[in-house]
Amino acid sequence: MQDLLQPIMNGILLGGLYAIIGIGLSMIFGIVKLVNLAHGDLMILASYLSLVFMMLLGVPPLVTFVFAVPAMFFIGFVLQAYLINRVLGKGMEPPLILAFGLSIITQNCLLLVFTPDARSLISSLSVTTIQVAGFLNIPVIYLIDFLIGLVVISVLHQFLQKTYMGRAIRAASDDEGAAQLMGINTKNIYAYAMGIAMITAAIAGVLVGMTFTFYPHTGPQYLTIAFGVVIIGGLGSMIGTFLGGIILGLAQLLGGYFLGPGLQLLSGYVILLIVLTVRPQGIFGRVT
Amino acid sequence: MLKVRNLDVHYGDFQALWDISIEVGKGKVVSIIGANGSGKSTLLNTIAGLLKPSHGVIEFRGESIHKLGPHEMVARGISLVPEGRRLFPSLTVFENLIIGSYAPRSRKKRDLALGKVYELFPILKERASQMSDTLSGGEQQMLAIARALMSDPSLILFDEISLGLAPLIIKNIYQTVREINQQGITVVLVEQDVKRSLKAANMAYIILEGKVVLQGEPSTLSEKTVREAYFGL
Repeated sequence: MQDLLQPIMNGILLGGLYAIIGIGLSMIFGIVKLVNLAHGDLMILASYLSLVFMMLLGVPPLVTFVFAVPAMFFIGFVLQAYLINRVLGKGMEPPLILAFGLSIITQNCLLLVFTPDARSLISSLSVTTIQVAGFLNIPVIYLIDFLIGLVVISVLHQFLQKTYMGRAIRAASDDEGAAQLMGINTKNIYAYAMGIAMITAAIAGVLVGMTFTFYPHTGPQYLTIAFGVVIIGGLGSMIGTFLGGIILGLAQLLGGYFLGPGLQLLSGYVILLIVLTVRPQGIFGRVT
Repeated sequence: MLKVRNLDVHYGDFQALWDISIEVGKGKVVSIIGANGSGKSTLLNTIAGLLKPSHGVIEFRGESIHKLGPHEMVARGISLVPEGRRLFPSLTVFENLIIGSYAPRSRKKRDLALGKVYELFPILKERASQMSDTLSGGEQQMLAIARALMSDPSLILFDEISLGLAPLIIKNIYQTVREINQQGITVVLVEQDVKRSLKAANMAYIILEGKVVLQGEPSTLSEKTVREAYFGL
């Protein structure tokens, strides 16, 4: 029994990180109606940006948020305003192909600049653990992942619920035409939404880099996790995304515990399939 | 105030409007009457900027506006109450209203506009914190009208505001339209209901298959000629 508590604890904590990975994808799908296939790669781009800032300035990884967050907001805003907005409203395929292209370009640019070597954002936090009750070893970085996940989801929720721009974003997400009739420049709103989604990707990228190793082509792996989180939790629900992350994290670590580490990913996706079968709109999703 | 000249509108290869010209004077109520699929909504949506004409000119207060996007129309004082209301279901009644004054020009006067629409529709003040999709049909229509008024428009376009509502509620809604007009706002009404819209209007256009087939002041139009034009007899 005591053995079991360790993977449960780690699974829940890791879920916080998964939630930040998923929330950006969920937001853009809900608001812009775009399946951002490049989400994972842009997140890994943020990991590399953080690495560059660490090397240039000699600061610890968490401090690089200060640079990575505005940089990724800017990248997201520009991508949406000058590239993605141009192909919206022209059918399903063009935005999808564009996102796929962005994914390939990002991966290969990273490969060109940083070589295929494994990297990580090393700090003392990554190797420290706290012992609880004598038998639970909590990795400090997992705890940080979880807490930041909680903060990111809460702040984003408050932003969308309480601010004027958040309300305009929800209006544009409900009905683009009607939002335009209210005087909202929806293309502009989309650019801000992508900027905000890239802020979450920046935070996720730095945390992933501190928690795991990454390569130029790790992005799609995290895109799959983001899809899993969003499908389990349900689109458009913040609480759902957070719990979706925790469920996926738990499924993976418990699967790893019972079936061996090789089957860790599989058990996550089995849960995903079960949710899709039983409740296709996700646990907290609304039926539309 | 609003001049539409020789307007053609296409959906792909299909031509929905043919050489439409209408004129709306300041402070007037103008009715556009026609059967289902005659192109009335297409005309309003084009004036509001949701559709782009393939030919022709739309002038508002002397400025040619048909190349502008819908949000720029709102900024110039044109507001559309769309067919089917199109409220924002994830927003409360209050939030729907304040989003109505998103345009920078309207945002400054938001509190004033909010006071005005609450005066016009006291029920919306009571329902302010409810989600918009929990309202009754009549209340939803009131909210759609109130939301359009929040931008402080000088021209308001109504698309089938009586659709699907009980007769008594329709009567109230039309009473409100008159009050809005009395406040100095120019009104364009699109309706299938011939009698009611003729009664409310200073000027009427009857549209059949995307063309204006009859126009004039309601007093000069007999119900018989209108009916014939409406059905294309």
